[in-house]
Amino acid sequence: MLNIDKIRNDFPMLKQTMQNHPLVYFDNGATTLKPQSVIDAVTYYYTNLSTNAHRGDYDLSFQVDHEFESARQVVADFLHAQKDEIVFTSGASESLNLVAYGYGRKFLQEGDIVLTTEAEHASTILPWMRTCEETGAKLVYIPLDEEGRVTLDNVRKVMNKKVKIVALAQVTNVLGFEVPIKEICDMAHALGAIVVVDGAQSVPHMPIHVKQLDCDFLAFSAHKCCGPTGVGVLYGKYELLDKMDPFLLGGGSNARYDMCGSILMKNPPHKFESGTPAIEAVLGMKAALLYLSNIGMENIHRYEQELHQYIVEALEKMDNIILYNKNCEAGIITFNVKNVFAQDAATYFNSNGIAVRSGQHCAKLLLDRLDTSATIRASIYFYNTKEEADRFIEVCRTASMDTCLDVFF
Amino acid sequence: MASMMHDPMVLRQIIMDHYEYPRNHELSKDESYRQIHMASESCIDDIYVQAKIENGKIEDIRFDGVACTIATSSTSIMSELLKGKSMADADEIIHEYFQMIDGQSYNEELLEEAIAFQSVGKQANRIKCATIGWNAIKALMEEVRGLDGQ
Repeated sequence: MLNIDKIRNDFPMLKQTMQNHPLVYFDNGATTLKPQSVIDAVTYYYTNLSTNAHRGDYDLSFQVDHEFESARQVVADFLHAQKDEIVFTSGASESLNLVAYGYGRKFLQEGDIVLTTEAEHASTILPWMRTCEETGAKLVYIPLDEEGRVTLDNVRKVMNKKVKIVALAQVTNVLGFEVPIKEICDMAHALGAIVVVDGAQSVPHMPIHVKQLDCDFLAFSAHKCCGPTGVGVLYGKYELLDKMDPFLLGGGSNARYDMCGSILMKNPPHKFESGTPAIEAVLGMKAALLYLSNIGMENIHRYEQELHQYIVEALEKMDNIILYNKNCEAGIITFNVKNVFAQDAATYFNSNGIAVRSGQHCAKLLLDRLDTSATIRASIYFYNTKEEADRFIEVCRTASMDTCLDVFF
Repeated sequence: MASMMHDPMVLRQIIMDHYEYPRNHELSKDESYRQIHMASESCIDDIYVQAKIENGKIEDIRFDGVACTIATSSTSIMSELLKGKSMADADEIIHEYFQMIDGQSYNEELLEEAIAFQSVGKQANRIKCATIGWNAIKALMEEVRGLDGQ
């Protein structure tokens, strides 16, 4: 059991109000709130360390190096990876781009196939679309089933020897369905393909064991797991990181170079980290992952599933609500208020102090399948409570065209 | 009439009516219309607005696309209000509309049904919805003025 009262005390933002109501923050799929320990880690760096990493010959700089590299170890432990398999990036989007440009552009050839799904975030689809254009490889979509899921049967239908890369999310960002990554990895590896996993919506919410999944790359953002913005991670199997190219050069990622143009790059992960990194954000991410580990990812996952189930059971009974993903395994509730445009309904939630997101959630392809131009997404985290769920349920119950317009008067 | 226009129920009805039955809600294929695509980067609203402007007069305004209640109804009301007006008169009405949206004093008489959006600023993120069509006609008029000035 989680001690929610104690947990909520750690988050200064949870004391805020919005439109004269206590804030109910249900937009955790977009970003998450920060516990005091993360805020403190960020200010600790600027207050007490402030110097550059890997650059100085003096005590303070040595201490920054030490803290910075210990953050890498914490991330490695969190994912059950090796420390030199953890690349710091600006976030999941940069991580996914790095694989497409650094690995895809180098190894894809004309006629090769990259598999992805219709449920992906633009940060998976667009880099591979571009890389396929450049290399002559073909981007093929794994069809979704009626509910919007990626099924092994459908993966099998499009899997063949020409497939070199499979790029997909472990938990999809619009519908929140969990994808059978381990089984897909087995299938891909049997044919010599690699699997690139977008973990943006899974890593913050469930235990992740990259060695058991046997995925080749996995990306996530710190800010979606209680950490600072502007920092994230690319996990990659060391031999793959070693083979691939960085897409930024200079700024400490090279070991040495000469004026004749020969460059000797550092070893992974440092060869991918050009320029002075967001040191305070890396230290904040370390604090965030330690905070989550202390609560326990298994506990977090179970609690979110229970809260999600509680909300879904209430929403299912409402005639004015269209629910798109009642069976989803994550804390994501995707819905519309009948006859109300998603954005208008989201404003009604705002007027009641509830933060939800309306929109196409960067998965435009998927919305063509759902037969609606937009949806509302409520996404919960471990600091949300049953009382907040009740508030949300009550606002869902009263949502209509009339009440959604009343907020303007 | 003036007092009715201060009744929130009436104002809400105006918005509903223009959302459910938007006026001038079909694009023209006539090439004498100028067209602008208004797509917000931060929200779902995605509309095309057309205007036929000749000899300093707005002969016609049309629009179509995917948009929320506020964007659809405010654009519909704009199209009715400015159709048939001289560009000079349209300037004045547009100015008053933006005054109202900004919470400044404005001339109610000139805005007619458009005063339904007087409190849209209470939901700050929706101001862009209430002005998307109005910004479109402003841009189209500027285009015409640019051509005339050449």
